[in-house]
Amino acid sequence: MTDAGRHPRITIHTLSEVADIKGYVGSFEVKIVKKARYVDEKACTACGECAKVCPVVRPDEFNIGLSSRRAIYSPFPQAVPSAYVLNPQECLGNNPVVCSKCLEACEKKCIDFHMSDQTLDVRVGTIVVATGLAPHDPRPLDEYGYTRFENVLTSLEFERLVNAGGPTQGQLVRPTDRRHPQSVGFIQCVGSRSARRGKAYCSNICCMNTVKSTLVLKEHYPDMAVKVFYIDIRAFGKGFEDLYTRSRRQGVHYVRGLPGHVEALPDGRLRVAVENTASGSLEYYELDMLVLATGIEPAPSTQKLQEMLGLQLSTDGFFLEAHPKLQPVDAATRGIFYAGCAEGPKDIRESVTQASAAAVRAIRLMQADRISGEAITSEIDPALCKACGKCAEVCPYNAITVDTKKKTPAQVAKAACSGCGTCAAECAFGAITMHHFTDVQIGDQIDTLLDHDPAHKILTFACNWCSYAGADYAGVSRLQYPPNVRLIRTMCSGRVDEKFIWQGFRNGAPVILVSGCHIGDCHYIDANHWTVKRVEKVHKKMEKRGIRPERLQLEWISAAEGVRFAEVMARMEQLRRSVTQQEIADTVAILNK
Amino acid sequence: MTKPISIPASQSEDTPKIGVYVCHCGLNIAQTVDCDGVAAAMAEMPDVVVSKGIGYACSEPGQREIREDIATHGLNRVVVGSCSPRLHEPTFRQMLEAAGLNPFLLEMANLREQCSWVHMKEPAAATAKAHDLVQMAVARARRLQPLEAPSMPMTQRALVIGGGVAGIQAALDMADNGYDVVMVEKQPSIGGVMAQLDKTFPTMDCSI
Repeated sequence: MTDAGRHPRITIHTLSEVADIKGYVGSFEVKIVKKARYVDEKACTACGECAKVCPVVRPDEFNIGLSSRRAIYSPFPQAVPSAYVLNPQECLGNNPVVCSKCLEACEKKCIDFHMSDQTLDVRVGTIVVATGLAPHDPRPLDEYGYTRFENVLTSLEFERLVNAGGPTQGQLVRPTDRRHPQSVGFIQCVGSRSARRGKAYCSNICCMNTVKSTLVLKEHYPDMAVKVFYIDIRAFGKGFEDLYTRSRRQGVHYVRGLPGHVEALPDGRLRVAVENTASGSLEYYELDMLVLATGIEPAPSTQKLQEMLGLQLSTDGFFLEAHPKLQPVDAATRGIFYAGCAEGPKDIRESVTQASAAAVRAIRLMQADRISGEAITSEIDPALCKACGKCAEVCPYNAITVDTKKKTPAQVAKAACSGCGTCAAECAFGAITMHHFTDVQIGDQIDTLLDHDPAHKILTFACNWCSYAGADYAGVSRLQYPPNVRLIRTMCSGRVDEKFIWQGFRNGAPVILVSGCHIGDCHYIDANHWTVKRVEKVHKKMEKRGIRPERLQLEWISAAEGVRFAEVMARMEQLRRSVTQQEIADTVAILNK
Repeated sequence: MTKPISIPASQSEDTPKIGVYVCHCGLNIAQTVDCDGVAAAMAEMPDVVVSKGIGYACSEPGQREIREDIATHGLNRVVVGSCSPRLHEPTFRQMLEAAGLNPFLLEMANLREQCSWVHMKEPAAATAKAHDLVQMAVARARRLQPLEAPSMPMTQRALVIGGGVAGIQAALDMADNGYDVVMVEKQPSIGGVMAQLDKTFPTMDCSI
């Protein structure tokens, strides 16, 4: 921590959040909102005189409310930066009549009530997302009595209680009577491995964190009775099994089974009922203290950042990597990398490993002062362009300029174009060529796949980032679905031109599926909004022409939704079976009129 | 970082000379799909000069075989039916570049993730699908044009969002290698959840 604080090349903005990010690899324009600290970060020597005179007492967040702090405070002794911070919501204000005692106490005169929030604009080439985790909140499902019994703690509260820098100087005491507990129980998988009672995934660190805690307890209090209630212990990492064996050898009692019921006894102790699945018996334990090994959840900022950067999330809610094996720290968006629990629950060792990997992946791009950009871009033929302005309207990147009044043809700024192809799909005059995914190319693909036996085929358009990746994920998972599906890949569902759909039906396609990223997840900001509009438009036209609109389907499938992809394909096959040869022939006749 | 690509006029203007390679991927594809049969059918298509099954297209011998065919037959478009382009498109694009072709003259058909692995019990239908997918790729390949990636400036500065153990490590590694790092942390101190922990496994030492 201090190394990072002292490093001449690292600028740390605390009390800060990323408000907006625009741009692309090499030139991300970042807007940072830095909240006022009300203490000069550089001048403050952390002498603490200000806090001594502050009359406002509040729960200390760092100790999870197990101790108190003042309205002006140091987050914790080793904080970086070490400067104190003033909470303006708690402070009585700088009115000398009311308070302003800290101002008088501060010799360095580094407290400034007039400090205001700052907005900083920074340009960066790469981004490492290391937004961390949120511990599972055990309050909503209160079966272990966390909200009812004071002697039930979370694992993080327990950490603060046994920490030498914590509220009790490392003395483990029972909250109700401040006495050393004689017996402590740990309940595993609180909020993990159960979709009903939290999250379905394993939080990865809780088993070893508990094993560690039992060793800490046995070291300080060898006679303490320590029990662990568990489903199974996952001690898979280097040196982990050794720690687990040591814990058992030191007399920690591991009971296989999660408690079904916890009640408080009159003396404050807790009575735990558990079905021991190893012995097959119902057992009762009376314990002085219970610790809930709470799981790891995605940080609350995850979704905002995901939308800001157009990233993907896995079904667990953590950030989704570009490839689970081969690009485990890369985001699908070039120049963005993941480190730590932002990408999934992991311990410190794994977080450090991933962070170093992310750093190297970023350096790999940053080592030269120029990089190659997107080759797959659109181009406008000025001879065909009518300067209607539609392409500029739909471009998510404002990469197209056109003067609709003077009727000067539209132009694409190559560096800003990301290649979604929405402009080409919306151009009514055929003036836009989407390179590598041209009208002719996609048209030829449609013709080829419907050349023979079209009635038995399912024409599917899939976007590169979500639904095509979802199809790949179905493959990796070996999910079986009807073999008559044929995918045409486009970079974005926004590329799917109305004329591709008509061409498909004209060639005898019984059904057509357009698929893309979920709304809000579009890799090209919001290009898939135009997909929705276009499909709605085509549906209306189909109805008018006497073609059953259901035959054109629109589905959102994320890169992590392999199961959903297979389900959608099965549903498309059912739909296909509902379309008769006569219906297809009628459609072909209508469209050829 | 990238060398400028000079595109010989012949690549875009000549009649397409397509090479088709249907990868067995060991048995990953070949167990379900009749790869050699699909390759033989493609040989009959217009503009296809070479069409063959290949053990592992991505392996060095596989790539060498394709590179040699490019030289021998003057191929100017390559179709590889193998795994997902999301996996090996960069591999094969590099191969084309090494053979003197523009990397965008490559087309892939997804015969593994989207065919053999998802229709494992229906080899005939999977083979029919593979046939269609490769044929569609050939149709697309015929129309491929060389593309040039524009060169863009790279700001040699990184943003690290989050000042926990992962953010700190990433920032230090980049800074130690000479890059400026801007770290954004919403709390008043960096350290994250790690700083709240007492001892940490497996070393049982303190966290800070």
